Amino acid sequence: MRKRNRTGWRKVINGVNISGLFVVLFIVLPLYWLVITSFRNPADLGSVQYWPNPFSGANYSQAFNEYGFGSYFIHSVVVTLSATALVLIFGTMAGYALGRLPMRGKFTLMVTLLMISLFPEIAVIAPLYTLEKDLGWLDSYQGLIIPYTAFFLPFAIWILRNYMLGIPKEMEETSRIDGAGPIRTVWSIILPMALPGVFTAGIFTFTACWTEFLMALTFDINLKMIPVGIATFGTPNEVPFGTIFAASVVAVFPIGILVFIFRKFVISGLTSGAVKG
Amino acid sequence: MATVDMEKVNKVYENGFHAVKDFTLDVAEGEFMVLVGPSGCGKTTALRMVAGLEDITSGLLRIGGKVVNDETPKERDIAMVFQNYALYPHMTVAENIGFALKLRKLPKADIAAKVKQTAEILGLTDWLDRKPGQLSGGQRQRVAMGRAVVREPSVFLMDEPLSNLDAKLRVQMRAEVQRIQRRINVATLYVTHDQVEAMTMGDRVAVMRSGTLQQVDHPQTLYDHPDNVFVAAFIGSPAMNLYEATMSEDARAVKLGSQTLPLPDDLFEARPGLTRYGSKKVVLGVRPEHLPAAHDGATGPTLVGNVDLIEALGSELVIHFTIDAPRVQPEGATTDDEDATAHAGEGVARVDPTTKVKVGERITFAVNTEGMQFFDMETDKAIWT
Repeated sequence: MRKRNRTGWRKVINGVNISGLFVVLFIVLPLYWLVITSFRNPADLGSVQYWPNPFSGANYSQAFNEYGFGSYFIHSVVVTLSATALVLIFGTMAGYALGRLPMRGKFTLMVTLLMISLFPEIAVIAPLYTLEKDLGWLDSYQGLIIPYTAFFLPFAIWILRNYMLGIPKEMEETSRIDGAGPIRTVWSIILPMALPGVFTAGIFTFTACWTEFLMALTFDINLKMIPVGIATFGTPNEVPFGTIFAASVVAVFPIGILVFIFRKFVISGLTSGAVKG
Repeated sequence: MATVDMEKVNKVYENGFHAVKDFTLDVAEGEFMVLVGPSGCGKTTALRMVAGLEDITSGLLRIGGKVVNDETPKERDIAMVFQNYALYPHMTVAENIGFALKLRKLPKADIAAKVKQTAEILGLTDWLDRKPGQLSGGQRQRVAMGRAVVREPSVFLMDEPLSNLDAKLRVQMRAEVQRIQRRINVATLYVTHDQVEAMTMGDRVAVMRSGTLQQVDHPQTLYDHPDNVFVAAFIGSPAMNLYEATMSEDARAVKLGSQTLPLPDDLFEARPGLTRYGSKKVVLGVRPEHLPAAHDGATGPTLVGNVDLIEALGSELVIHFTIDAPRVQPEGATTDDEDATAHAGEGVARVDPTTKVKVGERITFAVNTEGMQFFDMETDKAIWT
């Protein structure tokens, strides 16, 4: 039987594309629902609407004015940016050392780091609480910045190490011959070439810190981050869905923007590890 | 400007591998010295020791008469071009070329002037604002050379810089590299595995094998007077035909399989040592270009072979033939392709394109005895005195 080449719209309708469409809808529809509901009138949320009518910003003003969402946002920004910066600084240095310096036991160190990163948070939350209490770090920024850095550093090191491995060693040799010392070589040559890895590690760390709930709830109950703040909107008897949705849209927005801008690094970061040609 | 002198330099790695053995070589000011050999022979290791990228296990390296074993690459004032160019991908061509000058803290205006001058020499003026990713292979190679040239180094090192280019571009760039080298006139050590590059570019050529220097000489001398079987097989394309042969009792003739070739007197004037090899086995070498087809009435020794394959190149016919003598093939001297197609007794000849011959027929070659090479069977060394 002769197989005809499909043209036009028939070419698009096939099993793969239809399955893909279902997957996309599965992910996008809840987001769509989130956004349109956030712009609906809070009193009308009992009914179903596929488009906000009337269009209302009341949920947003309620979130910021009545529930103090603005302060949660600021707390999250401070903690997330600080932890991400620390992870990137230490992660880049560690990734460089593990990827490029002649060192014994590099592989063992790397595997140990990864094993630590697989440790469930909940297993260490109790002793960490005791430690933070003794340090006087409860309800403080450093009370989250330091644990976040510790927990998310191994994965960042892994990403950065793999990127560093992909940089040809002739780069350092050429730099040495040109007259650059080790620090100058890392700063001027290696780091710019590893920027995709830095962005990738940065995006993953930012997202992880921004959405982290357990430690934020345990250590900073009075200095609420966004996830904890949204979770504590309303009372057991009254759940302000519209306000929750509005706050969630605001929370998702920065991540969406970042991932969109750096999307090619996110994808390559997930698939990196091979030596670049 | 400076000379490079390596005196019994050795490189032994931590795992015990002896990569370079008692390497002694000198490169004069302005000389273009080519270091050639098969993959893994230690030529790149030797080059990297000169650059300071590998430690020297023992022996002395002098640049400009000063021992530099313990000096950093920067202190040695060398410039190097790598096989894969090693350009900084995030910098423009101008920034790549000027990076070393920036590290020396030269004023910006001076850097710009030198970069411009170098770009003019290399034909890169129109590309100064581009990044390496936007350039072709040949342009990248020129940027790599520009980065080396702008530093006005004492020594110029090149590690197979043309290997990544296609054949046509390689031929073009060979001329470019020579032109630039003559212009800057510094001692240059150029590593390649391609013996055609070696022969066409070097003032002198150093042939290496398994970490050891085999012969250092002018290209024509390497071709005419190879010191041993390896050099004989390595230099020349197609490779020299090497066979096991037996000298006659009085050593005035050589038996090649079932054929006997009388040797003229003038051959013994050049190689008096042959007279000691009566009735002994030797390795006989004849280059393909020294086996023209014999015409009617030809005098001198002839060789008859069975034609297996004819390659018509237009300017000549390359004839693959077989004789009943065992072939000698030193390891590493020929390419994998040549090794794969070699059969016992097979030889190659380059004859006039008008020669009338067909596959399966027998062909008679008029052996050019001037080009014949003889080697000791045990030591592989050339037989002269």
